[in-house]
Amino acid sequence: MHRIKKSELPRLYEAIAKTQTLYLPVKSAGKTNFAVWTETAQPDIDTLKTVKSPKDAFFPQCENLYTVKREEGKLKLTAEELESESFVVFGIRACDVRALSVLDKVFLSNPVDTYYAARREHGILVSLACSRPETSCFCGTFGIDCAQPEGDVATWLCGEYLYWQPQTEKGESLTNALSDLLEEAEEAPVEKAKEEIRAICERLPLKDLSLEKWGAHAAHDNFDSPLWEELYKGCLACGTCTFVCPTCQCYDIKDYDTGNGIQRYRCWDSCMYSDFTMMAHGNNRTSQMQRFRQRFMHKLAYFPANNDGMFSCVGCGRCVDKCPSHLNIVKVIKTFGKEEA
Amino acid sequence: MHECTCNPGFMRDTLIPMVGIITDIRTETPDVKTFRVNAPGGGKLFEHLPGQCAMVCVPGVGEAMFSITSSPTNKEYQEFSIKRCGVLTEHLHSLQVGDEIMVRGPYGNNFPVETELKGKNLLFIAGGIALAPLRSVINYVLDNRENYGDIDILYGSRSMDDLVQRREIEEVWSKVPGVNVHLTIDREQEDWDGHVGFVPSYLKELAFDTNRTALLCGPPIMIKFCLQGLKEMGFRSEQVYTTLELRMKCGVGKCGRCNIGTKYVCKDGPVFRFDEIDELPNEY
Repeated sequence: MHRIKKSELPRLYEAIAKTQTLYLPVKSAGKTNFAVWTETAQPDIDTLKTVKSPKDAFFPQCENLYTVKREEGKLKLTAEELESESFVVFGIRACDVRALSVLDKVFLSNPVDTYYAARREHGILVSLACSRPETSCFCGTFGIDCAQPEGDVATWLCGEYLYWQPQTEKGESLTNALSDLLEEAEEAPVEKAKEEIRAICERLPLKDLSLEKWGAHAAHDNFDSPLWEELYKGCLACGTCTFVCPTCQCYDIKDYDTGNGIQRYRCWDSCMYSDFTMMAHGNNRTSQMQRFRQRFMHKLAYFPANNDGMFSCVGCGRCVDKCPSHLNIVKVIKTFGKEEA
Repeated sequence: MHECTCNPGFMRDTLIPMVGIITDIRTETPDVKTFRVNAPGGGKLFEHLPGQCAMVCVPGVGEAMFSITSSPTNKEYQEFSIKRCGVLTEHLHSLQVGDEIMVRGPYGNNFPVETELKGKNLLFIAGGIALAPLRSVINYVLDNRENYGDIDILYGSRSMDDLVQRREIEEVWSKVPGVNVHLTIDREQEDWDGHVGFVPSYLKELAFDTNRTALLCGPPIMIKFCLQGLKEMGFRSEQVYTTLELRMKCGVGKCGRCNIGTKYVCKDGPVFRFDEIDELPNEY
């Protein structure tokens, strides 16, 4: 176990950023989001939840795949370079770390998405335990312990110090590189912090959320339920839930004419949008109820059926906080839970 | 899912296409053209299996999934029969021989020509442009004629001008021993002395026995009534194959668009047996 004074953290950021890109929660215009550290940035590791999850660092909201130019009638294609330098994501919470394992199931399965894989290979995760979990949090439902986050390094804020524990080889190397700034420390304060966090988790309103009605078996059970007709009402199809979600993976592929070649890029998309499945010959999901149902059936039934029971939700609660109509995955889970078996 | 590395042009990522050159264009009907595609240096872009698809892309216009209509037994080129019905297809129809496009694939599963279909009597049922996915199977089967039993091809379209691959049907398929071709058009037309009527009703008239496997492709409404007809004749779901068509972007089960239930049509399909489809939620 190592530690560094909170007041010394700017020096730590600077030291990391000297050799690689550092992403961390930064406050800007009143909102905290992951951004690249600069000397003028205002890091904010006290805010529990960034508005968007840090999945951008691995699966950017928008990224070029390749460029095509037409030269004397011939098409010349240049693929975008893959990430080749290491970078650090600092302050990532336990739920968001687990969300990357969910995305791994998608992007690292055959055929591997090389753009994502290169970033995963070069990214170093410095996770941060959640000192004060909030009422919309339910990571425990998915077996995530926010007092002991996964990641290459786990850290805890205890009093005036940030405690630092490498958990992988990548984490050890980073720790060694920063040894001038980190001092050896006792584990006791961290153990105490963990107890306090777990005590808060015990009192969270969503701690007893039951997934009994969900999982692989629900792929058949819940699709035809009349509950969807009630649940989806009020959905504005704004897609906010999908954009703040750390596990949503749906994307679009589009072309942009730069005037000097065509850039083919991919960007996040949302299954909540009416044209998501639209084709020249029709649309297989014409109502918002169908699109709403698809999102939750995918996260809570289809994904677990295809991935050894792993849910495509980590209980970060962002959709709970951000939905303008107060619809969310918790409501879906609870409503089905009330039904007689 | 077949290993995407079977694609010789597969450079680094399956999302990165290969350049293909259009070496022939046949106007099949007023709104369908068949494009022959080769690698720029000649030869095929990749090997595929009957029923598999590929993403065809015009840079700056768009990219969409099309079934590869040529048979894998054709060693020289790949063909796509494409109906003009949207922005991309409109643009494709304006291209000329010698123009370059981009192609990536092959994607998806295939009709089980070397396993479940081997040794069977086969009944192909197609409507309109949906002959395209079945044509790769039909030509594969005809090129390996000894491995299959009797073959019936029931094909219909709106008018005789809308029959795709008419020359091949009449000059090649009809002349192979043990192959019966049954053509039909929706409405009476001058110079047409063949059958008139919708495919499902002609299917009932033909009253096939159930000692065969059916491969059924067409517009959803045709599929619905043909399946109903086959069931009435005594066919089981396990004896009928079809292809599903949904919006696709990635082709490899990641972008989320073609997900129905636990399946991704791009990688788990497009070919499904009806007992598999019976298991899917009803949203295709």
